[in-house]
Amino acid sequence: MAKAKGNIIIDIEKCKGCEICMDACPEDVIAMSKEVNNKGYLYAVKIEDSCTGCTNCALVCPDAVITVYREVKKKKEQVAKITNVTGNITVTVDK
Amino acid sequence: MSVESLEKIDTKVFERPTTLIDTEMHYCPGCGHGVAHRLIAEVIDELGIVEDTIGVAPVGCSVFAYNYIGVDFSQAAHGRASAVATGIKRVLPEKYVFSYQGDGDLAAIGTGETIHTCNRGENVLIIFINNGIYGMTGGQMAPTTLPSMKSTTSPFGRDTKSMGFPLKITELVAQLPGTYYVTRQSVHKPLNVRRAKKAIQKGFEYQKLNKGTCFIEIVSNCNSGWKMSPVESNKWMDEHMLAYYPLGDIKLPNDTEA
Repeated sequence: MAKAKGNIIIDIEKCKGCEICMDACPEDVIAMSKEVNNKGYLYAVKIEDSCTGCTNCALVCPDAVITVYREVKKKKEQVAKITNVTGNITVTVDK
Repeated sequence: MSVESLEKIDTKVFERPTTLIDTEMHYCPGCGHGVAHRLIAEVIDELGIVEDTIGVAPVGCSVFAYNYIGVDFSQAAHGRASAVATGIKRVLPEKYVFSYQGDGDLAAIGTGETIHTCNRGENVLIIFINNGIYGMTGGQMAPTTLPSMKSTTSPFGRDTKSMGFPLKITELVAQLPGTYYVTRQSVHKPLNVRRAKKAIQKGFEYQKLNKGTCFIEIVSNCNSGWKMSPVESNKWMDEHMLAYYPLGDIKLPNDTEA
């Protein structure tokens, strides 16, 4: 089964660098930055593309700085056309 | 099968709740108060009761809860949050009233108020954050401090001979006939956060049924008071705090009654 694909956006100015999200992430997507934000904290950054959008990091974040997106596949139209390889038979499938 | 017809769309699956005011919190990095605040805001958002909710803030670290949760708030004298919540609920019975208290507030100076509010069966939701220490004043021993746990006023560890045993106030109020739903949750792991949110949601829903007091304890960390890093303190809490304060529902509503 293909892995789900997700993305996170971190509000770095509100992050206090507690590292709890780093601990909660099953894919090790999050690391701490080398630089500090305006408050003087090392902030969380996304370093890998293997994020699955599981929301674990956002659930445990005490400052609610993480927004999570998940990629979903949707049909462009209500009806999708599927072409058979052997012939030119076109099948219409209702969603 | 052609896959061109499938379009990839990014959907937002988690964002900051709108009831949680968009500002920086004064809590220490990694403090469980932030998660607890967010869960309350999420539940208020989902139930759509922003205009009908009144909170009561305590004295302690969470004294500024009114700056972070965007509902009407009152601030009570030390330990008296449940008494103030009683007054508000009796004057405005159609509103959802909750008090948000720490262990120094609820289990030490406000033990009397808490027990009598629960005994009278007031239709309020009491959210109790238990971190086993007086966090705001600098890590002194609280009634909920574990045996042999070090604090600034018990530097050699809590000696149960002279200082007594930790107070399990949640089990205590579960004995009272006035309480309807009593549970203990934590917010240190994603699974526990989900469970805590469900508990808070039940607390608000039961309040509508006018059945009695709902009491939710949230075992939390205090990494500054415990002198640990946030991740370490969560591990320590998992091993020690949860051994003394086991998670789970302590008193469930009788379903046949409801």
